[in-house]
Amino acid sequence: MHEISLCEDVVRLIGDQARQHRFTRVRTVRLQIGRLSCVAPEALRFAFDAVAKNTICDGARLEIEEIGGRGWCDVCRRELAVGQRFDACPECGHYPLTITAGEEMRIGELEVE
Amino acid sequence: MCGVCGCGEGETVIEGHKHDHHHPHEHHDHHHGHDHEHDGSRWLSVEQDILSKNNMYAASNRRHFNHNGMLVLNLVSSPGSGKTTLLTRTLNDLQNDFPMAVIEGDQQTVLDADRIRATGTKAVQINTGKGCHLDAHMVGHAVEDLQPEADSVLFIENVGNLVCPAAFDLGEAHKVVVLSVTEGEDKPLKYPDMFHAASLMLLNKCDLLPHLDFDVGACIDNARRVNPAIKVLQLSAKTGDGMAQWYRWLNLMHEATLIDRPAPAATTAETVAGA
Repeated sequence: MHEISLCEDVVRLIGDQARQHRFTRVRTVRLQIGRLSCVAPEALRFAFDAVAKNTICDGARLEIEEIGGRGWCDVCRRELAVGQRFDACPECGHYPLTITAGEEMRIGELEVE
Repeated sequence: MCGVCGCGEGETVIEGHKHDHHHPHEHHDHHHGHDHEHDGSRWLSVEQDILSKNNMYAASNRRHFNHNGMLVLNLVSSPGSGKTTLLTRTLNDLQNDFPMAVIEGDQQTVLDADRIRATGTKAVQINTGKGCHLDAHMVGHAVEDLQPEADSVLFIENVGNLVCPAAFDLGEAHKVVVLSVTEGEDKPLKYPDMFHAASLMLLNKCDLLPHLDFDVGACIDNARRVNPAIKVLQLSAKTGDGMAQWYRWLNLMHEATLIDRPAPAATTAETVAGA
């Protein structure tokens, strides 16, 4: 369950932000998680509440923006939606596609006080 | 908990590790967000990769490895693929070729490190407790303890798991994925992130092929579907068949590491702090 250690990293990074930007409470954490990343949003939600206990993130609302997979086909020279990393181009059958979106695992915004 | 850097290591235990070292890692990753005031609360734009801390530690490890001419390989597989048997045979067969050292990752026990040390090779065990993978920070500390020689080959045997270790860069030159033919030929499609991240796939336990329905061609096609650049070697760590090609690959990569080395040989490997 690497979602637990990813949540620990999220809480640690937010701790750094708190020292830098002088806030003492986090109301909302907005994450951007790509559908091709190896992260299950449900597992992340489950882990976050447990990991956030007794930290600056205790009680914070977790919002996860899922980012769909996109890939570039070198043959058709266009970008298209990708469901799996090994998907072939639906037009010409070429693979691999160069993944252009969907691998994100980022902290986007924080609502703090 | 590391008293020097304040790093929460959770349940991770590095065999024999005490926190009286100079801490090597940079702890200053300034990131400047934008504030937006909003009735008692404000919104901060952070836009920071969740793995940025791990990636920073990995970059620090990689600098140290490059500086000391070390070839570092991250061995990944599901549990029971034969990684440790492959490794012990390799250590025995190549002991006169170049210095080697091993970092062993398992949730519990020092059994694997004991197996490695029985070959006469330096090894340190990391127990991750409930953790399902090694991360770059644990590896940095283990390298300080292990003090591998300059110009050596360091094998990191990751926790048996085809999912989580794919995401965590340890600073290695290559991930090597070990797949045994007693598993399914569809593993590369089921766990695409790992096969995408690996440079080399070792298809192990090939001595058992006559007793199985495993389709080697289909397995290799599946791996190339996910990663067209992946190299594939078929071998049996038990009988030794095919091991010569693996040793050839190791020798080539070791040579390439020395060619790429930025500085002349140091008499002793510097600590990560000096990298």
